[in-house]
Amino acid sequence: MGETAASTIRFVLDGEIVEVADVAPTTTVLEWLREHRHRTGTKEGCAEGDCGACTVVLGELDGADRVRYRAVNSCIRFLPTIDGKELVTVESLADGDRLHPVQQAMVDQHASQCGFCTPGFVMSLFALYQQKQTANREEVVEALAGNLCRCTGYRPIIDAGCAMNGYAIPQRWSRDAAQSREHVELLRSLERPVPLASPGFHAPRTLAELAALYEADPDALMLAGGTDIGLWVTKHLRELPTLVYLGDVRELQSVETRTDGSLRIGAAVSLTDAWNAIVANVPALAELAQRFASPPVRNSGTLVGNIANGSPIGDAMPALIALGATIELRRGAATRTLTLEDFYLDYMKKDLARGEFVVAVNVPAPNAATRVASYKLSKRIDQDISAVCAAFAIEVAGERIAAARIAYGGMAAIPARAKRAEAALVGKPFGEAAFAAAAAALAEDFKPLSDMRASAAYRLQGAQNLLRRFHLEHATQQALRTDAAEVSA
Amino acid sequence: MNDLSTKLEVGALIGEPVRHESAHLHVSGRAVYADDMDLPPSTLHAAFGISRIAHGRIKAMDLSAVLATPGVVAVATAQDIPGENNYGGIVHDDPIFAEGLVQYAGQPLFAVAATSMTIARKAALKAKVEYEELPAILTIRDAIAAGSYVIPSQILARGRAREELARAPHRLQGTMTVGGQDHFYLEGQIAVALPGEDGTLHVHSSTQHPTEVQNVIAHALALPAHAVVVQCRRMGGGFGGKESQPALIAAAACVLARKTQRPVKLRLERDADMLITGKRHGFIADYDVGFDATGRITALAVMLASNCGYSADLSGPVNDRAICHVDNAYYLENIEILSHRCKTHTVSNTAFRGFGGPQGMLAIEQAIDDIARTLNMDAVDVRRRNYYGASPRDVTPYGQYVEDNILERITDDLEKTSRYRERRAEIAQWNAANATVKRGLAFTPVKFGISFNATVFNQAGALVHIYTDGSVLLNHGGTEMGQGLYTKVAQVVAHEFGLPLTAVRTSATDTSKVPNTSATAASSGADLNGKAAQAACATLRARLVEHACKTHGAEPEQVRFADGHVQIGGERMTFAQLVQSAYQARVPLSATGFYATPKIHWDRSRLNGRPFFYFAYGVAVSEVAVDTLTGEAQLTRVDILHDVGLSLNPAIDRGQIEGGFLQGVGWLTNEELWWNAKGELKTHAPSTYKIPSVRDWPVHADVRILEQAPNPEDTIHRSKAVGEPPLMLAISTLHAIRDAVAACGAADAIPDLAAPATPESVLRALDSLLPPGEGAEGG
Repeated sequence: MGETAASTIRFVLDGEIVEVADVAPTTTVLEWLREHRHRTGTKEGCAEGDCGACTVVLGELDGADRVRYRAVNSCIRFLPTIDGKELVTVESLADGDRLHPVQQAMVDQHASQCGFCTPGFVMSLFALYQQKQTANREEVVEALAGNLCRCTGYRPIIDAGCAMNGYAIPQRWSRDAAQSREHVELLRSLERPVPLASPGFHAPRTLAELAALYEADPDALMLAGGTDIGLWVTKHLRELPTLVYLGDVRELQSVETRTDGSLRIGAAVSLTDAWNAIVANVPALAELAQRFASPPVRNSGTLVGNIANGSPIGDAMPALIALGATIELRRGAATRTLTLEDFYLDYMKKDLARGEFVVAVNVPAPNAATRVASYKLSKRIDQDISAVCAAFAIEVAGERIAAARIAYGGMAAIPARAKRAEAALVGKPFGEAAFAAAAAALAEDFKPLSDMRASAAYRLQGAQNLLRRFHLEHATQQALRTDAAEVSA
Repeated sequence: MNDLSTKLEVGALIGEPVRHESAHLHVSGRAVYADDMDLPPSTLHAAFGISRIAHGRIKAMDLSAVLATPGVVAVATAQDIPGENNYGGIVHDDPIFAEGLVQYAGQPLFAVAATSMTIARKAALKAKVEYEELPAILTIRDAIAAGSYVIPSQILARGRAREELARAPHRLQGTMTVGGQDHFYLEGQIAVALPGEDGTLHVHSSTQHPTEVQNVIAHALALPAHAVVVQCRRMGGGFGGKESQPALIAAAACVLARKTQRPVKLRLERDADMLITGKRHGFIADYDVGFDATGRITALAVMLASNCGYSADLSGPVNDRAICHVDNAYYLENIEILSHRCKTHTVSNTAFRGFGGPQGMLAIEQAIDDIARTLNMDAVDVRRRNYYGASPRDVTPYGQYVEDNILERITDDLEKTSRYRERRAEIAQWNAANATVKRGLAFTPVKFGISFNATVFNQAGALVHIYTDGSVLLNHGGTEMGQGLYTKVAQVVAHEFGLPLTAVRTSATDTSKVPNTSATAASSGADLNGKAAQAACATLRARLVEHACKTHGAEPEQVRFADGHVQIGGERMTFAQLVQSAYQARVPLSATGFYATPKIHWDRSRLNGRPFFYFAYGVAVSEVAVDTLTGEAQLTRVDILHDVGLSLNPAIDRGQIEGGFLQGVGWLTNEELWWNAKGELKTHAPSTYKIPSVRDWPVHADVRILEQAPNPEDTIHRSKAVGEPPLMLAISTLHAIRDAVAACGAADAIPDLAAPATPESVLRALDSLLPPGEGAEGG
């Protein structure tokens, strides 16, 4: 390959550049740390990104002179995808025997019992420490939403997170030290003009390269954050074809706001950044954004990956379909645009030609007359997969409903619109009768399945009641959500 | 052992909130778990091949493709076990590898050792197994109908329950349903087997019960116990799941190590762990309760039935403990308990924090809640009306006197500090004004018996060495799973010598140091091992005192150990100096200690005696908000007052209380085990099985340790066990949800709420309050 590509993965660890060659491209960061480096502080708890024991922090250049630190799940992150980045693990933090404030706070609050989840909690808190000068309880809880602890009940960990900024600034891994010129320069020194490519792995730098590669080898697998594909390796023990990684493609890394207020979100944009942009445009989706997977999953995974995966229970699709999102597809040099709802044909089947891929999603801004909401039903508030996910975009003109777009996940083999329920609303006064009729029509729209997440009966009843909730949110001052309940002092 | 006339600095270390002995290692990634050990390059990695069906005969098993996989070194089946193919501790009905018959989907058939874990896992999937499928029993009701039990049913009866039921002024029937629970320790099951010379084995096992692991390996490999050493420095969580289950993992690793003569690591990844290993027993309880107009129970008949899975495992003692906790805090004069131990074709259920006690308690707590709703009384008043009291209301159904009753005291306290009555009124007001979000409130007590029901297990040993630099190495039979046992016992030892905690190190629990240990279970770790270690220290201190008296012409009462020093009459020297001097005088500086819990006895066949040395108590008030459109419930506030006697370490005890409580909340709310019609468990990873996450800890929480409450019994520094009892405080959360649901019905409506109270279960309970015909499908 020589001058056209580089085959050695390079990243920063503990202030030094690590070079790794000759590893299988599906080697996870966790596997490399534990098995290759015998650096065993980082733990495997589930190998699916759901427990957070494997949490590490990745540093990435953010503009010219800043490093952005974010927590990710190392158990499902393939090693070549951290090329050019900085890897921080639980062993990185202490200065000899002097613990970092995050660690010392955990000790002082008695926040570890068995200790197995602790490295993951430390790293999630460390990411928060790097991101914010101060952190309140809610920010700490949000930062820890992807970490499970079975011993403590979490109270002392939350307290540690709230206390960590009260400690003296450490020599090692202070916020300033993390942004020092050496750090930035070291990361910048990893930048290279040629793409990373090794047997079974390509990381093109331009969209044209990407399109050409994929057209030439349509059996290759597009890899973005790997928060699903990682599980194909760790859980399903699948042998993967050649991976085409789109995380290094410049053109796919941005969110653009267009003149009509819509957003164009590139295929390499993380869920974290995508949701930040969407919620800025549509504040009603804040809760959905927060409940979408967990921070480490959102930091790795991409919105377009969630779309292209096409799972019937992906949480982004109902809201995007309700908003009328479209996707841009590309095959070789040819491009086309499709509404998102038309992209899904049947269970895990999409309107996607061989060699074709999703370049970006366009998310329109709802007009002022449109009421938007998306609700998720799951057993647990945080980091759970929906039994039902509903989204509503209801345009009201005067007293009447002028237009209705309703989409559900978890109710059918694909995320889909509830056309009969929509029809029951359009033209009717925005009121209880119309929504009751729509709820009844929902039973005609969907015949959901029973599985471990919920029975068919609950899915339908829940879906109907979410329509009622939507109506009530615009019709009553009463509390409609459990977190709106008063708590007696 | 208090016959020494030496004086101790009272309070030094004991009762101090010192940090967990490994905290600095936990937070820096330096704590070494079994999977973190640096092993020789020759080490093999193993995986199980498992049954894909719930019940059937194995017609043929072809492992040639497994063996032919590049990187595979060996496979082991039942034929490779020279001794007994069993890891069942009580009834020998748990094969290490299935032979002829499979009885649950997930049952190990063979194990494969390869050069990497991935190779082993992939190879294991290549087995060709032909089955003759047999009908599978999957539910408790089906098992009862078929008379399918792992061990015979038991009856405990006192008084004239049937007669009194027939003439009770009020009577009602109900059913309590509760699901099982996966332990979800963050560290999955693991063993590392290292073959040694002359057929010996050294095993690192993540286990609460090293001695049982040792014995199972020895029996399976037909070795004497002295040929097997089992060691455990720490577990990444246990919760009962590493009491009987690790023997399976370690035995399979040893069979492969013996066969290959290479080190073998067998680690279960999460799905394998959840599919293969046992869980908490799901229970149903059909109850028939008679009571008077004041809410006092006059008679109770309960049919308890548990899902034991395919084998006995610890189901006998688990169900015995369930029987012994049906009374919880209440005097039940006329009672009849019938206990079925149902055999189903699912994974064999096992120990889990509470060990049947919580399920027994749930039955009576639900019956009491029903009584309160029927009589339109506050449930707290019905509870108090039935509390144990003075004689004759102080005898449990199994014949033990409740001598340490503090129920009234802690109930008064928490009722007041939680503002229970005022909040009850505020919540009623809210519920009258709000149609969609209903709030609920519940107060529940816990009385939990401390000691293993089986008297024999209530013993422990310790080994204490003093080195010539004055440092102390402690070893005892208890294991560290995060509960802080090593910390507490080290506190006890440091206190005995007047040393700082840094002078005492605890070494890994090891069957070659302290033999014939009991499982670290039944909350008894600190009670048993603390006393055993204290006994060893007393022996050593007596020798040091005798030496000091000899060399200084002092009397024993003139010798004091404090602050790392020893005061001998008018002279003061460091502890190390005294130890040096004793060494020079050839005084032995190592001692064992032993403890056997006094006063207890238990007649297993009659279910009668004094199984428990004492009781631990606690009370909790939970407040929830329930969304009646979706069934989602949120714990908004909890107030807890819990009795730990005189705390050895309040920071660690608080951790047990909070952690146990939330684990109980998980069990009773979101943690749902779900099998499909074929008997396959479909919730076998955190993506599908939802333990509490950080947002589930309530924003408003007041957790208090009861102060000035020394254990009346002579336990270690008058402390009480704390591992299990707080889990049952979570019953208050389930009942608060029940209360919120009931707010949607008539005043005397009794909601049919099954646990776990998932959103779906709550919505079903809400539907149960609707008049017939207005069910779930209403448009």
